[in-house]
Amino acid sequence: MSNLSVPHLLGIKDLTPEDLDLIFKTAEQFKEVINRPIKKVPSLRDITVANLFFENSTRTRLSFELAEKRLSADVVNFSAAQSSVKKGETLVDTVNNILAMKVDLVVLRHSAPGAAYFLSQHVDASIVNAGDGAHEHPTQALLDAFSMREALGRDNLKGVKVAIVGDILHSRVALSNIFCLQKLGAEVLVCGPNTLIPKHLHELGVLVESDLNTALEWADVANMLRVQHERMDLPYFPSLPEYIAQYGVDRKRLEQLSKIPVIMHPGPINRGVELSSDVADSEHSIILQQVENGVAIRMAVLYLLAAQRTPHYTS
Amino acid sequence: MTQKRLFGPEELGIILHRLACQLRESHSDFSSTVLIGLQPRGMALARALSQILAQDYGLQSIATGALDATFFRDDFRRRDEPIRANRTEIEHSIEGKRVVLIDDVLYTGRTLRAALDALHAFGRPQRTELLVLIDRRFRRELPIQPDYVGRHVDALDTEKVRLEWADDGKLESVFLVSETPAP
Repeated sequence: MSNLSVPHLLGIKDLTPEDLDLIFKTAEQFKEVINRPIKKVPSLRDITVANLFFENSTRTRLSFELAEKRLSADVVNFSAAQSSVKKGETLVDTVNNILAMKVDLVVLRHSAPGAAYFLSQHVDASIVNAGDGAHEHPTQALLDAFSMREALGRDNLKGVKVAIVGDILHSRVALSNIFCLQKLGAEVLVCGPNTLIPKHLHELGVLVESDLNTALEWADVANMLRVQHERMDLPYFPSLPEYIAQYGVDRKRLEQLSKIPVIMHPGPINRGVELSSDVADSEHSIILQQVENGVAIRMAVLYLLAAQRTPHYTS
Repeated sequence: MTQKRLFGPEELGIILHRLACQLRESHSDFSSTVLIGLQPRGMALARALSQILAQDYGLQSIATGALDATFFRDDFRRRDEPIRANRTEIEHSIEGKRVVLIDDVLYTGRTLRAALDALHAFGRPQRTELLVLIDRRFRRELPIQPDYVGRHVDALDTEKVRLEWADDGKLESVFLVSETPAP
């Protein structure tokens, strides 16, 4: 099997364990490519990709753009701030206008959950979901799992214990990570203040723990999520110093553990909130490896999706 | 499906020793030479040749590497399934070196074209040569010719050449496989 079972990457939920394996194996080869003196391959030279970002993003957009350029694709960028969306154009109209310019792949970031799915029903292009509201962020989950495999030096995650810590409620990274890790056979625990954990999350088969020290003692890997101040319309915890005291990871807290887990963070970090600087920059943290792996994973996803599209000159 | 054995282990041993001997003749001590096997099947051949060079001529540390040209192929999106990529391992610099690309079968020449493109991501060799075990010389689709040839095999388009390796890395036999039974 060297084809994905899906024509779009809308969420981890749609992927099979074989798809995940194929993406990881392909990403390993692309990781070697991006460490060559010349980091570019010509595979996607007849493909045009549109990056449509209806919501702010710096690193995801950069990572996708770099992945596209290293595959030799032509790239057009679009962000809501500079577009006709402000003039009242609908999502389908905006995208159809862009597709009329002969675009093969669309990378979409949108604040509405299901936006990528909706688009895939209405336009003739392969869609990559780069985050839809608090729903999914599949490439982040893929690069997280890929980085865990690498950091632990194994080619599967069966039985690995992963704690996801922090603001689970507002996080699409958390949901995609849970789906991805469970498909790979890992055990998942979420940890955070009760107000930031969705009420029925345990029904997905994840453990829920409110004490951070217990969670860290249990875990092989701790994925620290950002406190998303901008999405908090209500006060979810009494004060920031209280959140830091209970859910912030610093060196002192780690040194009390019997073994220190691998520390991950999807970025951007609130330094001194969920992670202290001495932990974020320590040998236990693989945050920068995650960023490097992000490019390799996105190259693999774009390559495998593009492989399924018929070239223009034969259609 | 029918298959016919073209060469057995003894004949192949003679061919491999001749190829190693020819390499020795034109590269003398291999100090500025890098042998590069094309993934997946050229690697086994490259290993077999460096084994012979080590045993017969005492050349222990010949620079070797593996090159995968999947991402440089010209048939991406033209086949039903993409080819699965393999590992590339080129640890020695090829800048200014004499590179010998090694593959088992030379057929249309398209894999070699991709490999020549892929090679340039690692530097500019002084000279690039090509060694193949089997040359299907009348089936070329590009102007690419080998410098060292094990054997020429002239076969039908519907036939395939298949190499069989033993577990210890020794080449066992070469078969000609045809999908349709012989008339």
